[in-house]
Amino acid sequence: MSDNKKKQDVLPRVGFYICHCGTNIAGTINVAEVQKYVAGLPGVAVSRDYKYMCSDPGQEMIAQDIKEHKLERLVVAACSPNLHEETFRKAAAKGGLNPFFFQMVNIREHASWVHTDKIAATLKVMDLSRAAVARVRYHHALDKKRVPVDPNVLVVGGGIAGIHAALTLANAGKQVTLVEREATIGGHMALFDKTFPTLDCAACILTPKMSAVKSHPNIRLWSYSEVEKVEGYVGNYKVKVKRKPRYVNEDLCVGCMECIDACVFKEAKFPDKFNQGLGKRKPVYIDFPQATPKVVLLDPETCIQLKTGKCKKSCAEVCDRKAFDFTQKEKFEEIQVGAIVLATGFKAYDAKRDPQYGYGKYPGVYTSLEIERLVNASGPTSGEVVLRDGKKPKAVGIVHCVGSRDAKSNKWCSRVCCMYSLKLAHLIKEHSDAEVYNFYIDMRTPGKGYEEFYDKLLSEGVHFIRGRVADVTDWAMTPEEEGRLVMRVEDTLAGFVRRIPVDMVVLSTGLEPQADAQEVRRRFNIGCGSEGFFQERHPKLAPVNTFTDGIYIAGACQAPRDIPDTVAQAGAAAAEALALIDAGFVELEPNTSHVVEDECSGCKTCVPLCPYSAITVEEEKKKAIINEVLCKGCGVCAAACPSGSIRQNLFEDDEIFSEIEGVLAK
Amino acid sequence: MPDKPKVAFYWCASCGGCEEAVVDLAEDILKVVEAVDIILWPVAMDFKKEDIEARPDKSIVASFINGAVRTSEQEEWVRLLRKKSQVVVSFGACANSGGIPALANQSRTEDIMKYVYEDSPSNDNPAKTRPLTECKDEGRTLTLPSMHGMVRSLDQVIDVEYYLPGCPPTPKLIMGAVQALLTGKLPPVGTVLSPNMALCEECKRKDSKPADLALTEFKRPHQVHIDPEKCLLAQGLVCMGPATRAGCEALCPGGNMPCTGCFGPTSRVKDQGAKFISSVFSNIAPKDEKGIDAVLDGIPDPVGTFYRYGLSKGLLRRKLN
Amino acid sequence: MTEKFEPRIVAFFCNWCTYTAADLAGVSRLKYAPNVSVIRVMCSGRVDPQFVLDAFARGADGVLLGGCHPGDCHYAEGNYKTLRRMRMLERLLKGMGIYDGRFRLEWISGAEGEKVKTVINEMTEKVRALGPLDLPGKTLEWDKELEELEAHVNKSAPKEEVVHAR
Repeated sequence: MSDNKKKQDVLPRVGFYICHCGTNIAGTINVAEVQKYVAGLPGVAVSRDYKYMCSDPGQEMIAQDIKEHKLERLVVAACSPNLHEETFRKAAAKGGLNPFFFQMVNIREHASWVHTDKIAATLKVMDLSRAAVARVRYHHALDKKRVPVDPNVLVVGGGIAGIHAALTLANAGKQVTLVEREATIGGHMALFDKTFPTLDCAACILTPKMSAVKSHPNIRLWSYSEVEKVEGYVGNYKVKVKRKPRYVNEDLCVGCMECIDACVFKEAKFPDKFNQGLGKRKPVYIDFPQATPKVVLLDPETCIQLKTGKCKKSCAEVCDRKAFDFTQKEKFEEIQVGAIVLATGFKAYDAKRDPQYGYGKYPGVYTSLEIERLVNASGPTSGEVVLRDGKKPKAVGIVHCVGSRDAKSNKWCSRVCCMYSLKLAHLIKEHSDAEVYNFYIDMRTPGKGYEEFYDKLLSEGVHFIRGRVADVTDWAMTPEEEGRLVMRVEDTLAGFVRRIPVDMVVLSTGLEPQADAQEVRRRFNIGCGSEGFFQERHPKLAPVNTFTDGIYIAGACQAPRDIPDTVAQAGAAAAEALALIDAGFVELEPNTSHVVEDECSGCKTCVPLCPYSAITVEEEKKKAIINEVLCKGCGVCAAACPSGSIRQNLFEDDEIFSEIEGVLAK
Repeated sequence: MPDKPKVAFYWCASCGGCEEAVVDLAEDILKVVEAVDIILWPVAMDFKKEDIEARPDKSIVASFINGAVRTSEQEEWVRLLRKKSQVVVSFGACANSGGIPALANQSRTEDIMKYVYEDSPSNDNPAKTRPLTECKDEGRTLTLPSMHGMVRSLDQVIDVEYYLPGCPPTPKLIMGAVQALLTGKLPPVGTVLSPNMALCEECKRKDSKPADLALTEFKRPHQVHIDPEKCLLAQGLVCMGPATRAGCEALCPGGNMPCTGCFGPTSRVKDQGAKFISSVFSNIAPKDEKGIDAVLDGIPDPVGTFYRYGLSKGLLRRKLN
Repeated sequence: MTEKFEPRIVAFFCNWCTYTAADLAGVSRLKYAPNVSVIRVMCSGRVDPQFVLDAFARGADGVLLGGCHPGDCHYAEGNYKTLRRMRMLERLLKGMGIYDGRFRLEWISGAEGEKVKTVINEMTEKVRALGPLDLPGKTLEWDKELEELEAHVNKSAPKEEVVHAR
């Protein structure tokens, strides 16, 4: 039978190494048997096993063997290539071998750690090793291209994470654009009254940072703006930003707020989002007095001028800076940056999803964020703990874990709620004479000074009941319960079900991903975990990197976290971005695709397939051509080329076919 | 008489089109006849099997064998010619990859026999008589060839030096092959004697093919008024051109019909049908399963469409079960 | 000798989602059947239907293709191309008598280590129930009809009482 398969006349000399990884691999796989088996395969010049291939002596051994045994190819069977492919490529280079003459076999994550049948696992490892030895023969020498990195940075999100990252980068001399969706930076932290465990006033520690952002020469603050589109790749991103219209010229407004007083609405009428709907504002407003930038804005839904065109416009009249511009439209700006830090924060759990707690049904039921505003001296009640009807509550119940640790809503622990529930308990006691009950499942106080804070609370007269609140009801069973809210809970430490009458219920809502997290992460081409938070590259080793080079994440957008950890993480993200920028260049992985000009017939099948628009038709020759700098190495074009004229480096047809053959050969 | 190089033509499971292609050489056939001695050509000359058997091994310079191998007689003949030839040229799509006969690999031989001799509506065979490979008649044994279980390409039975693709190969390509043989300027063994690029290279409609194809449906040729200038794929017709080797100068697109893939794939492709699936379906528009399925429904017979000439050489070769 | 049939399944996993999920399954020490050998590609869109057919032709009893969920491809839309191609490939496989269950296209995200385990275990059992495909073995069987004639032609044919029908 005629066999047209290309056979190599002289097989390149292959060096094969199987790692024990202590007992991680050797405990399940018979490494000696594999070493012996591979030694007998054609073309294998060296076959060794070793305890820790990634260690210095392991890598030395490779470099040594390459020189001594004139090895032309290298195969290492060990952990996942996502962990150590780079390590062994460097070892090959050290020995004088092109680093891409290397193939890694995953026999730990994909074999020793997941199989119990040692014999079957060893046989599988033999199959995979044989496949790698067959494949590596077809590898070509390659080198990594270098592209310059744009030194500017984009930070998305102006909460404490974004603010800290921006300041760090700006202090390092980088030009930062900080894009924030709301009209002011500050994020959730700006809502808080005091922060645990030190009970620092949130505004006092936050506002200096906010001013620093505003006045920093290296930071361009684009508030009331959103990122529309992101194109490009690490070191070379092109970002389109939408600037939403405030109808006020930001450069002219000084924040005197005379316009708010002058507004034709004599009374503030509309629910105030900043105060969680507990306060009211006018159509012309500013989120809070320390808002940054200190510029008012108009709400197009409620402003009479914007809705009907027929208003006295006393706001504009009274403005001696002539800052009002009712014709303002949304604007698009394009910027170029080398790195992007995402710090888009979290969304509080919607308490309405737990109807048994009566939020939205009973006026006495509040969320924790609403209470933050109540106890805040600059909040809607000037710090007084009063109910919506103005009465003072005699008893307050704080329910932990609302929308957390719950199979029906969110399985995770939101990390900060126990601490802030304790904080709120303390503040409520400070601001009122109410009895305070905290209903908890566990008391989670892991941070520095947290347990001590809890201790302090224990001596302040707050009642702690360990039990998950079943429901809140206004159905009274005894005269004491009339007209009040009754909390029903099993007191697990005491061992019986209790009914506790209160006047105010505070639901400690958990932290969730932002409502548009999926949309945002697709825009930036990063992933989300199964819970919906942005996916880090590695939970321990790379918590601020994502799988997309050049894009970093920090703060609660990655997972629920408190302010100290958020600030630390923001610094880490800034550091990663700085490392990228200060290196000056980035090396591109060489697994890009290219068209073999002599073979291309110009059928144009490949051109529309590239998401990075890297493929074009060369006008004169009428053949396809791939821009290797834009190519990210997915290989879709290589698979689609109907005449087999596109090669993807490291994933050529020959290489993959030989791997298939190697895996299945008996 | 001076010894002219000896050349043989033979046909296995084929339609006779390859013989016609040789005849289509027209005046050039005289040049061929002048230069060589045709010592076998069943369609045109009366040489017998014994004549070939009597020749010394490798005394035939080249045998051009067309047709797929389906019966024991064809197998016997091709083995014989292999023995007696220096060079065997696999001639035409059937020899190269099974051709249209290879579509029979979608059925079991038994099912075919049953249909042809029993179940077909035009049969009148109540006794269910079947042909036999051997029977006795007046004391003599008569034989008929047996059918193989599957249709094979030529090189799945004997070693082959060169391949002339096409259904049939064009006269131009045939002349080129004959001349190469006579002058000794032969490419490496195993070469397909046709440019190693896709048909789009030769197709006049190439420029009209958009670079952003996003097909929303497939149509059969009889369902469309085919625009004679525009790229056929862009018109929603299944044109195998991109996945088919060039060499015919795009005869079918030139005749306002889509290419059906008879020249087989380029040397860089293992399975023409699979590669075509990889390419054309990357360029359909829908992203959801329902939308995709609606587009795919426009091709009711994937095997027949993508492996019209190449089923024997497909990675799966025949239908299982 | 009734040894339990151990299916040989070849899997193509995309680096960013499915391969990472398989790594996660390993890190989490989840346990699953050893019948699946993984070939790594950068994107499921690299998987040429030729690879799937070649795997079957070389003896795979099953082929598994793992990619990112639609909309989540690390390279934006590679997995849509995969989906389109593979849905036609499934029709082709059916037309060639290779039944549902031997070829499986599965979307597995980088966080779904558990799903890797479930899919591998499920598919192993399903293919086990379908039995071996063994195309190389079948091809050898089919080609037996050729060996007999080869021997016949290559020895000098004796003159028998055989009259060829003409």
